[in-house]
Amino acid sequence: MRLPGRMREALRTFRRTPLLSALSIASIGFSLFTIGLFGLVALNFRQTLSGIAERVEVVAFVLRGTPTEAVTAASQDIQAFPEVLDVSYVSAEQALDRARKELVEFQEAYRDLETNPLPASLEIRLKPQFRDGDGARRVAERVRAFSFVDDVRYGRDWVERLDRLRDMAGVIGLVIGLAFAVVAIVIIGVTIRITVLQRAGEISIMRLVGATNDYIRGPFLIEGVLKGLLGGLLAVLMCWATFVLFRQSTGDLGASLVFFEQTHLLLIVVFGTAIGLMGSLLSVGRHLRHV
Amino acid sequence: MIRFSRVSKTYPNGVQGLRDVSFHIPKGQFVFLTGHSGAGKSSILSLIIGEQKPTTGDVRVSGFPIGKLSPKDVPRLRRKLGIVFQDFRLLEYRTVEENIGFALEVTGARRESIPGKVIRVLTQVGLASKARVYPKELSGGEQQRVAIARALVNDPPVLIADEPTGNLDERATRGIFQLLQQINGGGTVVVMATHNLALVRDTGYRVIELKGGAIVYDSGVEPAAGATS
Repeated sequence: MRLPGRMREALRTFRRTPLLSALSIASIGFSLFTIGLFGLVALNFRQTLSGIAERVEVVAFVLRGTPTEAVTAASQDIQAFPEVLDVSYVSAEQALDRARKELVEFQEAYRDLETNPLPASLEIRLKPQFRDGDGARRVAERVRAFSFVDDVRYGRDWVERLDRLRDMAGVIGLVIGLAFAVVAIVIIGVTIRITVLQRAGEISIMRLVGATNDYIRGPFLIEGVLKGLLGGLLAVLMCWATFVLFRQSTGDLGASLVFFEQTHLLLIVVFGTAIGLMGSLLSVGRHLRHV
Repeated sequence: MIRFSRVSKTYPNGVQGLRDVSFHIPKGQFVFLTGHSGAGKSSILSLIIGEQKPTTGDVRVSGFPIGKLSPKDVPRLRRKLGIVFQDFRLLEYRTVEENIGFALEVTGARRESIPGKVIRVLTQVGLASKARVYPKELSGGEQQRVAIARALVNDPPVLIADEPTGNLDERATRGIFQLLQQINGGGTVVVMATHNLALVRDTGYRVIELKGGAIVYDSGVEPAAGATS
């Protein structure tokens, strides 16, 4: 197969049927745009969730009278746990200071205390991949084993609720994303099929003069790839435009929104191209089997 | 070249296209297939070009067993056949030379060799001056000449023509027929389906007449009328 010749053949189709070609590109573009928009929502939702997850930490309250050196030594051990990002020691005085500042409602109550009711504590932050119920529980159990630890808290309820929310969002995202992808593939398949049917006469003449199926397929595949590529680029463009417009119209709220990374954008374009290729392959293949 | 041995063809819808048809067309022969519409002419041609397979019996064309043809063999068979239809089947958005060159390109001919071959075959059909013209600017007779040129450009040993003059006036018909005679004179087998009996008469070529899917007359098997070119 001579590629330049086949390429010219494919481009000729664009010139001959500009409307149909534009329609195919637009349908690929809009289908991918829908997927892209959904992806953007999912991406920002995940971003928000991981912002919340950052607050997942394990707090170990230290028994009164424990020497600071013992706690410091232990905190080095804890620091070495695979799940742990960092450990910080909060002395009883620091805890009281913080309480006075942060809990404004209780300011009065805290002001006249003769003894500090608050214990010292170790605040253990987890690495991002362990910020879930399991990770927090594992760390909490091991920390509890230290003799000077009075009690361990990690906000079990809301961490587990966060886990469930994350799981649910993942499943819903996957299902809706797949549904959009299937719809996109169907629409694209149909538009490519129209192109094939429109050229059925030409295909039958090709067969008459002895063209192999591979030869006949060639220009259609190139055409499908080009349409998919252009559709993908169109989708990226539309996603970007929508994102910018949305961010401008929502002010402060919009400022924290994130857009796709380059790899995501590349993925959209590659996906479009792959769909274009698959769509042509399937519809031409089907046509060739039936004539 | 072409051999049908006790061939029957029944279509999926139950219509019987051919009943127990046998004939042999040797190298260099010119054969008319005649009969009314539905008599079986098209069934014979579609078996020869590998568009259909026989229900029973054996069909051989240039050594290809049509009944056992795999999809991969079809293009190889087609390259040994020139095929011409009543409706010309030209690509209307391509010029005359592109239409013919296309048949060469498809077979993987070297690009440099294409223009020379195209001009040679266009000269043969008398249209060398119309190379850059689009089919719709040509008369019916001229379009059929282009179709014949396309069929000939690969030097096939067999030319199949299905009612090639069906859409043409008498003068154009004569012209096309003369052209087919010339081609046959060069040694190419020509199988022409037609119901133009005026054309068939007095040519001395072999005539196979069909009715209801069976051969009712074959001048080739009668000792007195065994005219071949």
